[in-house]
Amino acid sequence: MSKHLSEQKSIFDAALLRAALVEAVKKLDPRSLWRNPVMLCIEIASCITVITFIMSLTGAGREPAWFTGQVSVWLWLTVLFATFAEALAEGRGKARAASLRKSRTDVVAKRLASADPGGTTTTVNASQLRKGEHILAETNEVIAGDGEIIHGAALVNESAVTGESAPVVRESGGDRSAVTGGTTVVSGSVVIRITADPGETFLDRMISLIEGAKRRKTPNEVALEVLLIALTLVFLLVCANIYPLSIYSVAATGLGHPVSLTVLVALFVCLAPTTIAALLPAIGIAGMDRLFQKNVIALSGRAIEAAGDVNILLLDKTGTITYGNREAVEFIPVGNHSEREMAEAALIASLADETPEGRSIVTLARQRFKLDQQVMPIDGEPVEFSAGTRLSGLNTAGKQYRKGAADSLVAFVHGLEGESIPSDLAQVVDRVARAGATPLVVCCGTEIFGVVNLKDIVKTGIQERFCQLRAMGIKTVMITGDNPLTAAAIAAEAQVDDFLAQATPEDKLRLIKESQEAGFMVAMTGDGTNDAPALAQADVAVAMNTGTQAAREAANIIDLDSNPTKLLDIVEVGKQILMTRGNLTTFSISNDIAKYFAIIPAALLSIYPQLGALNVMRLASPQSAILSAVIFNALVIPFLVPLALKGTKFRPMPAEKLLISNLMVYGVGGIIVPFVGIKAIDLVIGLFV
Amino acid sequence: MTLPNDLFQFFGLLGALLLLARPFGTFMSRVYNGERTILSPILTPCENLFYRICGVDRTDEMSWQRYALAMLLFNLVFFLTLLGMLLAQPVLPFNPQGLPDLSWPLALNTAVSFITNTNWQNYSGESTLSYFTQVVGLTVHNFVSAASGMAIVIALIRGFVRRTTATIGNFWVDLTRSVLYILLPLSLVAAVFLVSQGAIQNFSDYKTVPLTQSLSYDKPKLNAMGSPMLDQAGKPLTEKAIAKEATIPMGPVASQEAIKELGTNGGGFFNANSAHPFENPTPLSNFMEILLILLIPAALTRTFGVMVGNPRQGRALLGVMLFLFIAAFAVLHWSELASTPMLHHLGLIGGNLEGKELRFGLLGSNMFSVATTATSCGAVTAMHDSLTPLGGLVPLSLILLGEIIFGGVGSGLYTMLAFAIIAVFVSGLMIGRTPEYLGKKIEVREMWMSIVIILISGIVVLISSGLAMITPSATASMANPGAHGLSEVLYAFASMANNNGSAFTGLTGNTNFYNLLGALAMLIGRYVPAIAVLAMAGGLAEKKYVSPSLGTLPTDQFPFAFWLTIVILIVGALTFFPALALGPIVEHLSMTGVN
Repeated sequence: MSKHLSEQKSIFDAALLRAALVEAVKKLDPRSLWRNPVMLCIEIASCITVITFIMSLTGAGREPAWFTGQVSVWLWLTVLFATFAEALAEGRGKARAASLRKSRTDVVAKRLASADPGGTTTTVNASQLRKGEHILAETNEVIAGDGEIIHGAALVNESAVTGESAPVVRESGGDRSAVTGGTTVVSGSVVIRITADPGETFLDRMISLIEGAKRRKTPNEVALEVLLIALTLVFLLVCANIYPLSIYSVAATGLGHPVSLTVLVALFVCLAPTTIAALLPAIGIAGMDRLFQKNVIALSGRAIEAAGDVNILLLDKTGTITYGNREAVEFIPVGNHSEREMAEAALIASLADETPEGRSIVTLARQRFKLDQQVMPIDGEPVEFSAGTRLSGLNTAGKQYRKGAADSLVAFVHGLEGESIPSDLAQVVDRVARAGATPLVVCCGTEIFGVVNLKDIVKTGIQERFCQLRAMGIKTVMITGDNPLTAAAIAAEAQVDDFLAQATPEDKLRLIKESQEAGFMVAMTGDGTNDAPALAQADVAVAMNTGTQAAREAANIIDLDSNPTKLLDIVEVGKQILMTRGNLTTFSISNDIAKYFAIIPAALLSIYPQLGALNVMRLASPQSAILSAVIFNALVIPFLVPLALKGTKFRPMPAEKLLISNLMVYGVGGIIVPFVGIKAIDLVIGLFV
Repeated sequence: MTLPNDLFQFFGLLGALLLLARPFGTFMSRVYNGERTILSPILTPCENLFYRICGVDRTDEMSWQRYALAMLLFNLVFFLTLLGMLLAQPVLPFNPQGLPDLSWPLALNTAVSFITNTNWQNYSGESTLSYFTQVVGLTVHNFVSAASGMAIVIALIRGFVRRTTATIGNFWVDLTRSVLYILLPLSLVAAVFLVSQGAIQNFSDYKTVPLTQSLSYDKPKLNAMGSPMLDQAGKPLTEKAIAKEATIPMGPVASQEAIKELGTNGGGFFNANSAHPFENPTPLSNFMEILLILLIPAALTRTFGVMVGNPRQGRALLGVMLFLFIAAFAVLHWSELASTPMLHHLGLIGGNLEGKELRFGLLGSNMFSVATTATSCGAVTAMHDSLTPLGGLVPLSLILLGEIIFGGVGSGLYTMLAFAIIAVFVSGLMIGRTPEYLGKKIEVREMWMSIVIILISGIVVLISSGLAMITPSATASMANPGAHGLSEVLYAFASMANNNGSAFTGLTGNTNFYNLLGALAMLIGRYVPAIAVLAMAGGLAEKKYVSPSLGTLPTDQFPFAFWLTIVILIVGALTFFPALALGPIVEHLSMTGVN
């Protein structure tokens, strides 16, 4: 991640702020504001106050021009703060989209007539490529479009997409065949079948997602907007209702004046849930942007929100829960051999073994017994692992060093007509296997030295993450091809809730379907083609960018870093988005109580002086009371912009505790803060009036 | 009338209510699920016969659209029948007093009032309606309007219970079972009990009895047109008159009284409603009537809990209702006990007894006032107009909150469930989950419908009371101009739009303005939410079930109940604070200012 941090700009970078301000003014256009109906109402209200201001300038209104003018200015600022918050949230994404767009321009491709790499090529522009056509990409060429390698292998630099500068291997067949348009071949030559038409490539989709051009409101966002629009409508009617009621009250008491239009508009704007309505678009955009910073591309906002609801998380064991490879952790001698003898034999048997397991045996032997070069045979004849013998090792100085699974090795010893199988071997092998590790038996000729304990190493810190997930109510299920015994041991060590051993693609799909039918939301990470059906079925499907095209198409979230524990971050961001929305809604509505206490006595004081008793904040004058409420209502938006963009801090805890704690902060806080704020603003106004 | 005694009676009432609500709620859930109950041996044959006559197929499951259509058509037919009956009253039987037909605006208002379970009365029963109209018209409507509300809430509960299906039950079956198994047997028992207390039940002529002491009074002079004559100052001319005898209206009272309370209808046989000794003869009958008002709405929370498979869900809602009920009663009773500075000034201590039926005293009247406005009953034993300003604020607020504190039969629970959905939505967001209630995801459709259900009445109140305030003929109907008159008008439209039916009194309601605008308010306040409930039920039934997990907010625990209470109070306060400030609140401030 650190490599991205350097290019990341702070949200409050000066250049971004300037650009956002320009964008914010542009967004005042009603044609773009209609997507946010509440703020459009506020803009219309602001227009009305401009008229009342002009009227009071000409002496037509009852109120002084400084008052109507100030109200009008602060109402306009309210709208501007809202558009500014949205523009600021989009700013960082736009900057990144611009740099992505650069990598897309002016690419030419060598189109092949057929899939044959030796065929003739014609040079065409990338924009002319269509799905199903074949192209040839060679060293130092930019790959012209998304596709799948069908011939050859190449080292590809994907930094244009992922920001990762170390090149990766892409080859035909298997799970690493997908290439992305805009990436560069560092070495090698491959034939690629194009899988996306221009404009629909991964890079295109990414740019439009980042820019927010295609951003669709999520169902949850729409549902919240329904609530906000309804509240706005009710407050509109409340204000409209005050007018005839005040007309009647004036007639009945013979005192005062009906409430003026400026005051009614000011009351409406203060009551309407402007705070949340202003920040609502920014919350969603900033959430997706936070994921981009973590190199996760969500193909829809809906997927992120769904991630916040996940109850069951299916995780591939290898690479997610454990480091990819098994490691030697222990040498267990059998018979009358010492541990050191055993280590020497294991070391020699593994010298020619270039697999990670073999190298880990060498490393462990050297660490444990400082076995230096003298032990090493000068030369020898490596014996490769074969499916027939299922053994590997080294023939040196006339000795046959071998290592392998217990049954294969015993067969090998019997084959050499050795009879001396140590009596404790079976017991040791069994013990190691029961602990979830792989026992590897080592021999030299007919002499069995002992057992190497090859263990799946569970990633450090993974237990804590699973604990957090459990606290959030998410059940983790480990999926592995291992046998149930090994799987159970690793599951216990990693503290996952459940596991699926010897899993086939059908098993995975069935597990997901059954969970969904029981009413659970299922998330899954995967990279292989055989994961694709399960990914397509899962509610939240995260594909690794290194995965196959099939997996990437089936997923709704793509992790450019190919780090499966990213799902935890995605869940967190999903929850943060919802929580920020909920908390700001509660805050916004709680604020109304104080605003009522500021505006209602002020508006009706001329009719009923008794209502002065409701002026609990002891605001100086009716006009300064109304103005203070309006100013508070406007200023609270920029104050909350950082919260909207960064999201509410997420602490995993049970739902009830979380609700109570958020209610205390945003509910009770939302009631108290405006009393303090409005009073403070009133005091400041008092200095000038 | 000491405080401990008051508390004992009040909590005795709640205790009795809770004791009855539980088994009765379970009984209702069995009725609606079509299971066997203790009444089945007698009533199932009746039910079957009824279906055979009407051609109802009980297995015919309806989509929400069909269910709503059936409900609306049924109500339309009954509306037209009642309207006809009111307009044709002189030619119909059982009219010993020879009462004439009603004017069409009054007939329209009354017919709407009774089909919508409002029972707003712009007339005096004893001087306007014949026995035939009372029994065949109004009493029948008291049954079917209540049953309609119950059917609707049962359909909504089914929406929560059912999974991935398009149907929500059969309206005709739900309606029939509501009347046959629940309303009729209970009304029968209650009516017999009321008769035992002294309520009357006859079809006799009105009785004329000599007064023990003749009474002299000022009688307005009428001109040839029958309207009052005015002097030059615009004051009515009067002449002295002496009354030596009184006419006592009779009628089949007890049968209507029982369903009036049980179905939270509230339309009194007499103008004095439950303050009349023939309707509500003794303190015991008063206690029982309050219990009857609260019984079905409270028991429905149990029915809901049982039907959704978790009685705790119902108990949480009941807890919210109980809390608000106790709080409302506390404010009202405290305010009435504290009385007003004016009464203190006159040396009248011991609470504000103006407008209260002295047989029931402060406590009996206050309990009744809270019960009748917390539910959508609207029967009264005390004139709410005469309550202290803060005391009067309580019934008004209870109605404005949307009649959810127990609420109307059916309508109370479905409005409360809509509030619960809004509360679940916001709290769900606050804990970082897309919200779900009872295993159903709350999405755009549920939000729209819930908002319509909880806000439509408030919107109607805001618009209609605003209109009234700038309509001279409407403000002329007030008995007390000023803040109190504003409360009268606000209360009238609150009562009609929320289908309560009680009046603040003091307002002359039988004018074209109030008859027609009121009828519209009642229609919108009843049917728009009802259709929204059914639409929501249909949508919920189609959804799949979402299993709860540790991250799901439990909606049957204290934190959620607490949050729901706050949501209810905030929505109510934000909608009506300005209007209340210009009515009861400023009246209270002015009154204490006198001190």
